[in-house]
Amino acid sequence: MRRHGVLTAVLLSGAVAHADAPPPAADASVRPAASSSAALAAQMALAQQIVLHGSPQGAHECAICHGEEGQGKIKAAFPHLAGLPKPYLERQLKHFDALARNNPSMQAIAHKLDDAQIAALATYFSRQVPPPIMSPVTPPPALGEALALRGRDAIPACVTCHGPGGRGLGGALSAAFPPIAGQPAVYLERQLRAWKNGQRPAGLDGLMGAIGKRLSEAEIVAVSQYFAAQPTLAATVATEARP
Amino acid sequence: MSARSAFRSAHTLIAIATCGVLSACEQAPQGSAAPLAAASAAQPARPVAVAFAPPPSSAIPDDAFGVVVRQGEALFRNTPAHAPQYTGNTLSCRNCHLDAGRLADSAPMWAAWVSYPAYRSKNRHVNTFEERLQDCFRFSMNGKAPPSGSPALVALEAYSYWMASGAPTHAVLRGAGYPRLPKPAQGWDYARGQALYTEHCALCHGADGQGLLVEGKPWFPPLWGPQSYNWGAGMSRLDLAAGFIKANMPLGNGNSLSDQQAWDVAYYIDSHERPQDPRYLGSIEATRRQFHDGPYETYGRTVNGHLLGVGSGVSGGSTVTQAARGRTTTTLRD
Ligand code: HEC
Ligand code: HEC
Ligand code: HEC
Ligand code: HEC
Repeated sequence: MRRHGVLTAVLLSGAVAHADAPPPAADASVRPAASSSAALAAQMALAQQIVLHGSPQGAHECAICHGEEGQGKIKAAFPHLAGLPKPYLERQLKHFDALARNNPSMQAIAHKLDDAQIAALATYFSRQVPPPIMSPVTPPPALGEALALRGRDAIPACVTCHGPGGRGLGGALSAAFPPIAGQPAVYLERQLRAWKNGQRPAGLDGLMGAIGKRLSEAEIVAVSQYFAAQPTLAATVATEARP
Repeated sequence: MSARSAFRSAHTLIAIATCGVLSACEQAPQGSAAPLAAASAAQPARPVAVAFAPPPSSAIPDDAFGVVVRQGEALFRNTPAHAPQYTGNTLSCRNCHLDAGRLADSAPMWAAWVSYPAYRSKNRHVNTFEERLQDCFRFSMNGKAPPSGSPALVALEAYSYWMASGAPTHAVLRGAGYPRLPKPAQGWDYARGQALYTEHCALCHGADGQGLLVEGKPWFPPLWGPQSYNWGAGMSRLDLAAGFIKANMPLGNGNSLSDQQAWDVAYYIDSHERPQDPRYLGSIEATRRQFHDGPYETYGRTVNGHLLGVGSGVSGGSTVTQAARGRTTTTLRD
């Protein structure tokens, strides 16, 4: 498992260029300036401490729910954080802290993190490799696929912003429109309902809020199942990689 | 003549008349809408429109007719792939007619189908639907008009006809064309448009307006430059561009900009070079006088010291190649 993770990390570092998520640590040999890598190492160490043991201010350890490497827990509908763009993760933690995003556990946790800790945690998780495969057995409903790939009326196809397969478009685009592939279906549903009910900040230019408002309950369930069944970037890169 | 085309020609006649009376049409429209006052005041209200909803794509019949309808839809969604011989840029019909030609207020094909044949001031005769399709190939797609009766046109006609199933013919359907916005109180302005573009549009369309390719495929369309619509296209007119933008952009959040903002950002986009008007008469001035004399034209006007209409790239039918320009993401493998 770990070896597979490292292999994928190396492949990823060649193929991925998130603006704020430089290649994962496995590729440390080609990292440039020593001073910036020292700063990075300090950030990673700070984050790891919180991930495994919680923060001195009393924030719970992230690992209990999201896993040590941010792999998430499908059954409990805890999202994976690994490989999500750093600015996106930072933004979410600040939204929880400001009570703009509605989840009591995460609100309490984010409230006990300062800006430096948030930056360190966002850096740490953005540099982990997303879980390779998180897909359920039953094929996703046709309604979900239609919405994801074609859209409906004034709802653009989800992949327009979230990238092919929901894997993101990279760089600044992924920071604004995060990858959504392979997240637990129940988690995705909860987010879409939050937008429908005006309980999550609407995202860049109000784009995701405007879309969530127009989705029907049946569409929310179907499209969530569709994206939950899509392989993450890591999984795709690993399977497509040629020797 | 349908109510709609009557409306259109009335609108055009007034615009022409105004141009004759005022010298305003000779001047760059930047910063002032005053010259438009007479035309707008006299503009007739749009005739009452009939509500209509097209059938879902899943209802396309599974027979020989349905096969051609589906070909039309495929061509509409990805034009360079299905009609490369008639396409001169990386655009597809769906880029300007959203939800594959189904969305109201983005000139949907079901509403177009029932309004032709119609008189058009652009070429001063009654156009068939087929000729209207050819026009979008020649100008919006910067390509070549497919010959009358060619499979590409038959497929697009079948698709449009099918989407209009049950619609009253010779009628104005609600959501037809792009909305016509009232004239802007503050005219239009390049700097305001540029600021809006940077804030609301650049992430997807690129700071340089060249759009985005993903896995080598057009993803976000270019808004100017060699791979965009040419100077003869409807979108190069400020009133049409502003109406489209107001109703449909930023993507997924239409009608979030004010009318004023839509005019400003339309002016910014149409103040950039694009392929030459295929009707070019040998000089920008002559071409402007013949085809671009209206108040909503930027062709042949000087903006920021640059005379627009020089043209960029090849005009008319350079087929799209793998080398099609655009930003590419590094995230995705080829
Ligand atoms: C008690 C379980 C729990 C713990 C501990 C926990 N989280 Fe969460 N986290 C969640 C849940 C549940 C969600 C989904 C919230 C929702 O539905 O909006 C979440 C969501 C998030 C998100 C948003 C993900 C996205 O894709 O938008 C981030 C970022 C996050 N957590 C970071 C952290 C960090 C950093 C820590 C450690 C400091 C942490 N979490 C600890 C349960 C937990
Ligand atoms: C016009 C662009 C756009 C389109 C199209 C779009 N989204 Fe989004 N989406 C966004 C933005 C912006 C965000 C980030 C919100 C934030 O920053 O909190 C987002 C975030 C999300 C998230 C949250 C991910 C997470 O980890 O919590 C989900 C889920 C989502 N979108 C689902 C969808 C689905 C399903 C569709 C299609 C029905 C869709 N989106 C279409 C712009 C878009
Ligand atoms: C760059 C944008 C653009 C592209 C690409 C484009 N069009 Fe258009 N199209 C327009 C504009 C602008 C109008 C005029 C809308 C109006 O008058 O309100 C229009 C009008 C039309 C009309 C007449 C609509 C009506 O109600 O009278 C048809 C039919 C049409 N287009 C078909 C097509 C087809 C087929 C394609 C692809 C081969 C295409 N268009 C590509 C911009 C575009
Ligand atoms: C979330 C990404 C996104 C944003 C933000 C966005 N657009 Fe678009 N735009 C698109 C896409 C995608 C299309 C093509 C629609 C389709 O094919 O379904 C498009 C089409 C267009 C077109 C017609 C196609 C062409 O090449 O001329 C114009 C004009 C346009 N956008 C202008 C704007 C303006 C102005 C803004 C800012 C106010 C803006 N867009 C913001 C994604 C975006």
